Amino acid sequence: MTPIIPGFREMKSVVVRFAGDSGDGMQIVGERFTDTSVTVPNAIATFPDYPSEIRAPIGTIAGVSAFQVHFGSMTVLTPGDEPDALVAMNPAALAVHLQDLVAGGLLIANASAFTAENLAMAGYESNPLDDTDIQKKYEVISLDVTGLSVEALKDSPLTQREKLRTKNFFALGFTYWVYSRPIEPTIDYINSKWAAKSPELAAANIRVLKAGYFLGETTETTRNRYMVARAEVAPGIYRKISGNEAIALGLVAGAKKAGRDLLFSGYPITPATGILETLVSYKHFGVKTVQAEDEIAAIGVALGASFAGQIGVTGTSGPGMCLKSEFIGLAISTELPLVIVNVQRGGPSTGLPTKTEQSDLLQALFGRHGESPVPVVAANSPSDGFRAGFEAVRIALEFSTPVILLSDGYLANGSEPWKVPEEDTLPEIVAPFADPSKPYVVFARHPETLARTQAIPGQVGLEHRIGGLEKDGKGKISYDPDNHGEMTRLRAAKVEAVAKTLPPLRLTGERTGKLLVLGWGGTHGAITSTVEALRAEGHEVSSTNLRYLNPLPPDLGDLLKGFDKVLIPELNSGQLCMLIRARFLVDAISLPKIQGRPFKISEIRERVLQLLND
Amino acid sequence: MATEPPSVHPLPELSRKDFVTSNDVRWCPGCGDYAILNSLQRTFPELGVPRENFVIVSGIGCSSRFPYYMNTYGFHTIHGRATTVATGIKVANPDLSVWVVTGDGDGLSIGGNHMLHLLRRNLNVTVLLFNNRIYGLTKGQYSPTSPFGTRTKTTPTGSIDHPLHPLLFALGAEATFIARTVDNNPKHMVEIFKAAHEHQGVSFVEILQNCVIFNDGSWDPIYGKESRDDQLLILEAGKPLLFGKNKGKGIRLKGLVPEIVDATTAAPGEILIHEPHQSSPLYSQLLATMGLPDFPTPLGIIREIQRPTYESLIHDQVEEAKAKKGSGTWKELLHGTSTWTVEG
Repeated sequence: MTPIIPGFREMKSVVVRFAGDSGDGMQIVGERFTDTSVTVPNAIATFPDYPSEIRAPIGTIAGVSAFQVHFGSMTVLTPGDEPDALVAMNPAALAVHLQDLVAGGLLIANASAFTAENLAMAGYESNPLDDTDIQKKYEVISLDVTGLSVEALKDSPLTQREKLRTKNFFALGFTYWVYSRPIEPTIDYINSKWAAKSPELAAANIRVLKAGYFLGETTETTRNRYMVARAEVAPGIYRKISGNEAIALGLVAGAKKAGRDLLFSGYPITPATGILETLVSYKHFGVKTVQAEDEIAAIGVALGASFAGQIGVTGTSGPGMCLKSEFIGLAISTELPLVIVNVQRGGPSTGLPTKTEQSDLLQALFGRHGESPVPVVAANSPSDGFRAGFEAVRIALEFSTPVILLSDGYLANGSEPWKVPEEDTLPEIVAPFADPSKPYVVFARHPETLARTQAIPGQVGLEHRIGGLEKDGKGKISYDPDNHGEMTRLRAAKVEAVAKTLPPLRLTGERTGKLLVLGWGGTHGAITSTVEALRAEGHEVSSTNLRYLNPLPPDLGDLLKGFDKVLIPELNSGQLCMLIRARFLVDAISLPKIQGRPFKISEIRERVLQLLND
Repeated sequence: MATEPPSVHPLPELSRKDFVTSNDVRWCPGCGDYAILNSLQRTFPELGVPRENFVIVSGIGCSSRFPYYMNTYGFHTIHGRATTVATGIKVANPDLSVWVVTGDGDGLSIGGNHMLHLLRRNLNVTVLLFNNRIYGLTKGQYSPTSPFGTRTKTTPTGSIDHPLHPLLFALGAEATFIARTVDNNPKHMVEIFKAAHEHQGVSFVEILQNCVIFNDGSWDPIYGKESRDDQLLILEAGKPLLFGKNKGKGIRLKGLVPEIVDATTAAPGEILIHEPHQSSPLYSQLLATMGLPDFPTPLGIIREIQRPTYESLIHDQVEEAKAKKGSGTWKELLHGTSTWTVEG
């Protein structure tokens, strides 16, 4: 039994995981807990973990949905490894998640859901809440959440069914008490969401939320409570943002800076759909959206919009990328700007549609017919989607090329506070159309970027034809062997020219040393947290994150040479590692993980320590 | 939108030669595509559209070389997907006159799905579907419109695919303008192309086109010199359905099916009157399904009805959002609906 300490135990950071049936409203309470904690303020990162079935049978393992919140008084870059507290709304949620709870951790269980039927569905032969081993290992708080919620609503006009649905707010209220969080932001939320539509429903949820909170205050005073102090957060205006929202925002910002309207065309696919769902509310920014009939049409519509002078963007996940690849070839051949967002998920095929993976890197780089290089940009945190989306638009327009923007399920659904940038800190994007007063040569190139200048329908006197057939510098169809070689070289050189516009790599640690941990995309948080902690302990280790995968940053080669060893953690079998070995002849070591889940800090830490001690 | 202001110069007089490019036309000698090209080059100067506002989009196949031969903006895209690119172009800039040139394979086989959705959305573009019932560019394989039993390189013992009927397909997708014309009647083609252009909404035009190399004479039983009087039913809105030498035969209804009658002895009002504007698809379907061996093949506008266009609905929604929320500002974009401030 965890000893009870009077007052509050102060923690630097805490990880809370809410888990329950997918109909239990775990995503809602997780979001509420997050929104409350950002106002403290705490540093924060979140990770929703939901099943691909919308409503799997109630009480089953398949139907378990979870939401993890990591909040702290120090820098928080990941949603946390193991939870310090687990809120389990039913036996299935306990069965799935208990193994992750740290020893001595807090387990808040909805005892009323631990019925014989539910226990059987979760595979338990006896009630784990009565298990003395579990009681010894964790700080178990067994609450009749369902019964107490209904009891709190005995005077409410709601139906029994409606009353039962409020129980997530009871669990939330109690958790707020444990972590001394304010309940007012949640009351405001409930009122804004339901008060107009159904005052009874709003009142009931508020009453249950308070009942949960007061239960702690009145009857559970012998429990441990925890406190996480205010974080040292840089002054400024903040908003909470998910990866999908940040990408949507970055795309719109890029289009605005370029003076072009954005047309986004997509087909629903998990976990990328959120980008389209976000952009439909940006119509007053001139954003047009098309939900196309399939993945191929989605990119075709986007490319058409680019041909007509807007910036066309499409978004998808791995299976959709396969369908779009022929069109990416056409965009390369016609040298039109286009952004293709790939929010990666576990593959191949339908794979793990709601889980995260980084396994489409080599597809992004090479997964097309013919010699067809494209710039590849990767977001490295939920809020970094903004910068990555902006950069993808910049490169697409300034280099007249399709650009692949890689995100992943972990970034897409995870959210974090984002310090809102000032508009004037964003760079201008310069991609003028052809000058109608001068003769137009369709594939004439800018001397530095090698980009071609676009003339668009409606421009007088610049009528021209483009297409997927090989052409010469003037845009005439050409089957000439030397011309094909030259055009292939020029298209590749243009992509390479992007490197000159890339900022220097940002490093955690020294530029030389024993070990460099090299990552790309969404592993940034876990790698940086690991390396910062190890450095604080005196270890000679550095890390960097690649936002640009093609072309690679020009300073990467020299950086790699400065380290005895290079470790590359990736959520795939070693795709970047293969690339780095091939490109730089460096004996890089891969740390692969293919489980549909992000890295834990402990996993990277363990491998780094091994390598440092070898 | 283009950063250039929209062209406000007075419309120059355009002629056929303004739409001819310097590219050598590379279709086989005798190909039906030449007549179609010629007819389109004759149509465009008469539409009152500045040349720079025309865009021709094609997929892959013999017909899809079309953009290279028209001196307008043009995009030769990939197999079956011209309709998607056309959608992006038209949505981006509704002022453009967008023409999709496709074939029976490109438009109805690999691109069938996109065609379906283009038609049901009612994007205001014109689709010219060259139907020669064969894959020509790949040198003679059966297409989705090839009749059952067609012997080709890939069907040496006869095709076992039931053919797709382009007009019924368009009708099934509830296209708002459906017409048919033929490559050996330039006057009729020009007339139909003009009507298709004028229609506000998607226009689907099937052109019976002869592939001189791989399917020569495929349409002769319908539009050949010997057969056309008896086999072509020229449709004119408000006029009775008459055909045959001296228009001696007519179509009347017997129950729900058509029947051929002697027009000279038919009772007044017995012959069906061509009414393409009916919203009910029953009459359109009756016309669309008429053809060999029992009936003449209708030529002309089968159906023409009105429905809001896709691109105008998108633009209306954008304008409504701007009117309601005001044009989005940088601050609004970056701050979103909920922020908090951390004091220094």
